[in-house]
Amino acid sequence: MTRTNIALLVLIGCVAALPLFGDAYALRLGTMACMYAIFALSWNIVGGFAGYPSFATAAFFGLGAYTTGILMNKGVPLPLSLLGSLVLCLLLAAALGVVLLRLRGHYFAIASLSLVEVFRELVNNATDLTGGGMGLNIPLVSGSSVLSDATFFFYAMWGLLLITALVVIAVSMSKLGFGLNCIRQNETASNMVGLNSTLYKAVAFGLSACFVGAAGGLYAAWVHYIDPSDVFDILYSVKPIVMALMGGLGSPLGVVCGAFVYLGLEEVVWRNYIQIHSGVLGVLIILLLLFLPHGLVSLHAGKIWRGLSGRKAKHV
Amino acid sequence: MLAIQVLINALVLGCLYACIAIGFSLVWGVLNVINLIHGSFIVLGAYLAWGAYNSLGLSPWYALLIAAPAFFVFGYLLQRLLLNRVITAPVLVTLTLTFGLDLILNNAMIYYFKADYRKLILNPPTGSISIFDVVVPVDRLIATASALALTFLLYLLLRRSKVGRAIVAVRLDRDAAVLMGVDVKSIYAIAFGLGAALAGCAGVLMALIFPISPLTSSAYLGKAFVVCVLGGLGSVSGALAGGILLALVEGVGSVYLGPAHAVTLSFVLLIIFLVVRPQGLLGRKGFE
Repeated sequence: MTRTNIALLVLIGCVAALPLFGDAYALRLGTMACMYAIFALSWNIVGGFAGYPSFATAAFFGLGAYTTGILMNKGVPLPLSLLGSLVLCLLLAAALGVVLLRLRGHYFAIASLSLVEVFRELVNNATDLTGGGMGLNIPLVSGSSVLSDATFFFYAMWGLLLITALVVIAVSMSKLGFGLNCIRQNETASNMVGLNSTLYKAVAFGLSACFVGAAGGLYAAWVHYIDPSDVFDILYSVKPIVMALMGGLGSPLGVVCGAFVYLGLEEVVWRNYIQIHSGVLGVLIILLLLFLPHGLVSLHAGKIWRGLSGRKAKHV
Repeated sequence: MLAIQVLINALVLGCLYACIAIGFSLVWGVLNVINLIHGSFIVLGAYLAWGAYNSLGLSPWYALLIAAPAFFVFGYLLQRLLLNRVITAPVLVTLTLTFGLDLILNNAMIYYFKADYRKLILNPPTGSISIFDVVVPVDRLIATASALALTFLLYLLLRRSKVGRAIVAVRLDRDAAVLMGVDVKSIYAIAFGLGAALAGCAGVLMALIFPISPLTSSAYLGKAFVVCVLGGLGSVSGALAGGILLALVEGVGSVYLGPAHAVTLSFVLLIIFLVVRPQGLLGRKGFE
């Protein structure tokens, strides 16, 4: 295990101590932080390791949310519903991955973007099952006090983050991670030397979807009400990319740091500029891409100056 | 009769879809950038027509004359000042950059115009014509004719003018174009400006038919995606073919499956086309 991976686990361990000093607001923020970190880590499997620009995060987030929501309405307990979301997203994403990941570059980006649209419209129109545009109410889990509820969901999301991080670390150290790296650098060449790139990409897409799906399920149980335009929001697809760009593409520690920093910025912007928060987010994205294309990880002394003096960026 | 009505509707709507997509296709083909701000440009064009009509009393035809140069300059500057800096970066970077620009423009529109739906209502109304049982609203017909005219203008520009030939050359082979003395950076900016101008004009035409709201920008963008993929990138005829095909599929789909499923159907078609025939109906392979 490399030093950065240990640092990642230590960072996640530190987050677990939050309920010791936090009120309900801090817990809410902590839960969001864990959720964003799950997004960023998951996206990193396909976007960072394999180098495919995926915009499908929102599709599987929404799918997971609705799967858990529907199962819980049918009386299935929360853990089983979450497992259902996870397995469904894993299998569906792997199957879709076989087809979609044959596309490269812009074409893959557009296909994954339209996946979100397709899922949203399907959920919108399956009114009998999902409630359509009216949204779906999800029964309360514990029914006890606000604070204990918040603590429960914080630890649930944190546990999911821990599992995600362990899986991502395992992937990065395994043959799978090595294969995905090869695919990113030169897919044709890796095919030539006998790497089953279709299988690798399908597994990667499945893994990048399943934890997002489970996080969606937890989110649904946490907020008790979901509707299609909320959980299939295209912003859920873009945020992990911004986090990964912020933290540094490909590095699990980097993207988790990126997620936390992003959440902090988002919270500050929301608080102070509620009317123009998405515009401020846009400005942030542009500044980030123009001046810090390799993320916070690349910030060593000296590099900052080159970053500011408008150098010719060589991207990964 | 129903079949003919559906067909006529599809033709009328298809030309408008082509007009939406053509600027998007130009930018994608020439700059290799997926321009996510395209939808917001269209909505801004629609607001321009609405504002010109309601506060200045200018008819939408004059709004077209204002929109084209204004959007061209806007797009040209945007490309020169921002996009040219990252134009050689991978898909992810350019795509995310245009997404950021779209967030800003869309937020600005929501801030100034609010998210209410508005409608440009021509006074006196233009009515509709009916031949046998087939009914076509006149405003829709005029918008379609204008869309076709715009499309034809772009075709002429690309075919006949020196700048147009340079744009096509950059699209076919960027490096060879540089060797022939084409200033690629300024061609990029001109192509982006043209894309923006076409989006603005398309927006003016949309204002005649559809309600206007900043929230509709993603729907327009989605149409542009689908049309480009169906018809194939970078050719004017491809955009027309894609637009009409999309309108046909949506029309037939809403008659037989219900209008709620039309959007789903179009995106499913998009994914099928991407997988089976990524070069589109009329696109040629190897020009990506």
